[in-house]
Amino acid sequence: MAEEFEGFVPGHNACAGCGAAIAMRHIAKAVGKNVIISLATGCMEVTSTVYPLTAWNLPVIHSAFENAAATASGIEAALKHQGRKEKVIAIAGDGGTFDIGIQALSGMAERKHDILFICYDNEGYMNTGVQRSGSTPQYADTTTSPYGKAIHGKVEWKKSMPFIMASHGCYVATANIAYLNDLYAKIKKAMAIKGPKYLQIYAPCVIGWGIPTNETIILSRMAVQTGVYPIYEIENGILKLSMDVKSRPVSEYLGKQKRFKHLTEQEIKEIQEHVDSEYERIKKLSETGIKVF
Amino acid sequence: MKQEIRKRELVECSQAIANAARQCKPAVISAYPITPQTHIVERLAEMVSNGELNAEFINVESEHSAMSATIGASATGARTFTASSSQGIALMHEMLFIASGMRLPIVMAVANRALSAPINIWNDHSDTMAERDSGWLQFYCENSQEAYDTTIMSYIISESKDVMLPSMVCVDGFTLSHLWEPVEFLTDSQVETFLPSFNPEFKLEASSPKTFGALAFPSTYMQFKKQQQDAMNDSIDAIKKANSDFRKRFGRGYGDGLIETYKMEGAKTALIAMGSVCSTSRIVIDKLRKQGKKIGLIKIKAFRPFPIDELRKLANGLEGIAVIDRAISPGSYGPLFTEVKSIVNDAKMNDFIVGLGGRDVNEGMIEGIIKKIGQKSEVEWVFD
Repeated sequence: MAEEFEGFVPGHNACAGCGAAIAMRHIAKAVGKNVIISLATGCMEVTSTVYPLTAWNLPVIHSAFENAAATASGIEAALKHQGRKEKVIAIAGDGGTFDIGIQALSGMAERKHDILFICYDNEGYMNTGVQRSGSTPQYADTTTSPYGKAIHGKVEWKKSMPFIMASHGCYVATANIAYLNDLYAKIKKAMAIKGPKYLQIYAPCVIGWGIPTNETIILSRMAVQTGVYPIYEIENGILKLSMDVKSRPVSEYLGKQKRFKHLTEQEIKEIQEHVDSEYERIKKLSETGIKVF
Repeated sequence: MKQEIRKRELVECSQAIANAARQCKPAVISAYPITPQTHIVERLAEMVSNGELNAEFINVESEHSAMSATIGASATGARTFTASSSQGIALMHEMLFIASGMRLPIVMAVANRALSAPINIWNDHSDTMAERDSGWLQFYCENSQEAYDTTIMSYIISESKDVMLPSMVCVDGFTLSHLWEPVEFLTDSQVETFLPSFNPEFKLEASSPKTFGALAFPSTYMQFKKQQQDAMNDSIDAIKKANSDFRKRFGRGYGDGLIETYKMEGAKTALIAMGSVCSTSRIVIDKLRKQGKKIGLIKIKAFRPFPIDELRKLANGLEGIAVIDRAISPGSYGPLFTEVKSIVNDAKMNDFIVGLGGRDVNEGMIEGIIKKIGQKSEVEWVFD
């Protein structure tokens, strides 16, 4: 499964137990050497490219926050003109994907650029100090959706970014660093598809979520086993669950994280109901196999 | 001047710029529609569609992405072109600094237009003046011929090894961008032999992985900025060289490339201006010279790099100067006046704010301005 090649090497400044850094290492291994990476401003950019050092054994460009997809579009066009065969990857966090980056990403997908866009989803603006994003789940305590007497953390549910991208007609997949076989298979598959591709990887943030540094993978696995973060792919408009292993209550997942420590029983119940209904929706789509996007 | 067959055609300035861009063979063009720039990229899109130009044309979803895509393409070793105006330039603002900071020799045509609010599609210089510090070379053109020639020269200057900075070729929106006048075109092969192909020293490539756009801590950031400033200073020679090479080869040039003068011999007073208003100024100067008034014109072609030494020499000994500004820095002077005032100290200087939001600037107004040189009030807004 894992390639020998290491495109993202030790020496970066990411936190111990960083889920996104684990994702980067495996992305770099899975995509191979013949790529050019456009990196959005964010945790993975600031920790991996401190001049004069770089953690990348691959060509990488970082230009700004909201434009990883637009910068990648220019790279792809240049390569096409030059008749070069390198593949283009854009990498952004959830802020650079769900929020500030959504316009450039939508444009990239609409124009059908041959680019794999990867979002490492740590559910908030972790680089700037744990602020809420469109990806932050409901009730999560962040520095801009703090738990207080009047408001119990973030008010809104997480934005359904994969479905938005599926509506652009591109290959979409969600993946998880605890399920590497699945992650590698999806990246390899995406790399072989011509056109825009969207991959969203669940990536816990030890600081922002308040988890021990040695429990990143344990929590990642629980995200799938509780159904909080189902992993699936959408190909040619048809959704397929990658694994149907939902078997544990969300309370186990929530209880492990400081950002959910304040939850009341009623709130946990609400989250359970929301997760159940979202999971059912996805499962039903997967079972029927109808083209919905 | 070499005698070669050249085409002289009646064209719109935007078409002349588009043709210059085509002849420079950009590999990637990325643009977003905005008035009054659209004719430039419409023409280029047509050329790509017709097969007259082998380029990738990216119809991006915003000007921010237009600049981002040209940055990505330029870093991949491709020659790039884009064009914009006003709000589009403002939306690009963030990326303009990144293009220059990453030392990418992108060329952008700008049809200068006022900034909102109130929304206004007509000419002034507030869009590019707001990008004064973005690290781009800025050339202001007086007519279509100059816009055509400057577009070609910009690639030579920007891509010079000592420079590697992006350039804006500025034309007054509508006033010049939509003006039809005869332009003498170079042949494709003349441009091809004059402009070397683009082969940057560093580019994104899998065979030699490099990191572009790294994070610089306080211990290194200033060195990067100093290098950028040094490159700006070096661009002065590159501009002069491109201009004199162009003149030698094709018989046309614009002063020393930075500044052009008109009837400055024996002048006691001078107008300092940029862009299309220079043509109107020439007519007025002709008239006043006939009447015996010792007045001349100093046309600033390069606003960045600002021709400090060249202007100081020219302005030295003048009794009075009228600066014509097509923009205002609210709470201060017009931006051109601020520059001039910072380096010229022995002449009486007056700033005249004209032509904001497309307000007409006619000969009578210029004549009125000349009469007011030396007046007590330092800044005056002129509109009728």
